[in-house]
Amino acid sequence: MQPQSSSTEMQTQQPQQVQNSSNTRTAPALLPPVDIFEDGSGITLCADLPGVGREDLAIGVDGRNLTIEAPLKLGEASSLTPVYAEVRANHFRRSFELSGDLDTAKIDAGLRDGVLTLRIPKHEQAKPRRIDVRVE
Amino acid sequence: MLFPSMLRTSGDWFADFEQLYDRMDELLGGRSATSSIRAVGRAGAFPALNVGNSPDAVEIYAFAPGIDPKSIDVSVEKGVLAISGERQSQDGKSSGGKASEERTVYANERFTGRFRRVVALSDDADPGRVEATYRNGVLKIVVPKRESSKPRQIQITSGS
Repeated sequence: MQPQSSSTEMQTQQPQQVQNSSNTRTAPALLPPVDIFEDGSGITLCADLPGVGREDLAIGVDGRNLTIEAPLKLGEASSLTPVYAEVRANHFRRSFELSGDLDTAKIDAGLRDGVLTLRIPKHEQAKPRRIDVRVE
Repeated sequence: MLFPSMLRTSGDWFADFEQLYDRMDELLGGRSATSSIRAVGRAGAFPALNVGNSPDAVEIYAFAPGIDPKSIDVSVEKGVLAISGERQSQDGKSSGGKASEERTVYANERFTGRFRRVVALSDDADPGRVEATYRNGVLKIVVPKRESSKPRQIQITSGS
């Protein structure tokens, strides 16, 4: 996971996805697809979590590690016999490593129609600012 | 690739899925040699589908998060149920006003664009009474079975 030399500087500004295969997995979990982008004030992460209700979603920050975990529920259990299944696990899990310039205390999360939107702002001092050059 | 960890795009994601499928298939007793002709691209297809059967109905679950339910089109024609629509990119929505702002994209794994998936219904399904509901990004379609095809007890009357 070592970035090439040209990217060392930027590498500190982005969350790093933890190698999912190296994690100790208790049960097979679905890896939700994500979009991640960064602007001047922070990082936005969108994740597809279909079948996840607001009350079941668990977003945890442990040190610099951000973990999204949620069970997938399809409503009341009925007497269904599965005929065909493309989704074959019943919970989502994915972790990201955050960098120090991000303010983990101010993470804002919204869940709508099965899409999680996480906004991770940067610390004030880490935001880009313009430095005026004085003419002497 | 500058950031191997960040640039794992859908390819790797599906590779992971494949692993999962393989594991599940082991548990479930092996992948069957035949599959539905419309499900060939199962790992890459959006939305993912699960289909279940009950005595009263066939239930189809389409995992389609982040879509306005009004823009999803569900139709039944000649025994084939089709789900189609379009998923807008979240990007376009949020960056409309501030296109000038510098933005760096690190991951773009989520599906965007038009989609269409079809499911062949069995002969006993009643396409006249299809119900579709959208909740938490999952579209649930219930196709009831015809009364005549439901399992039932036959009363035996004595002949005397």
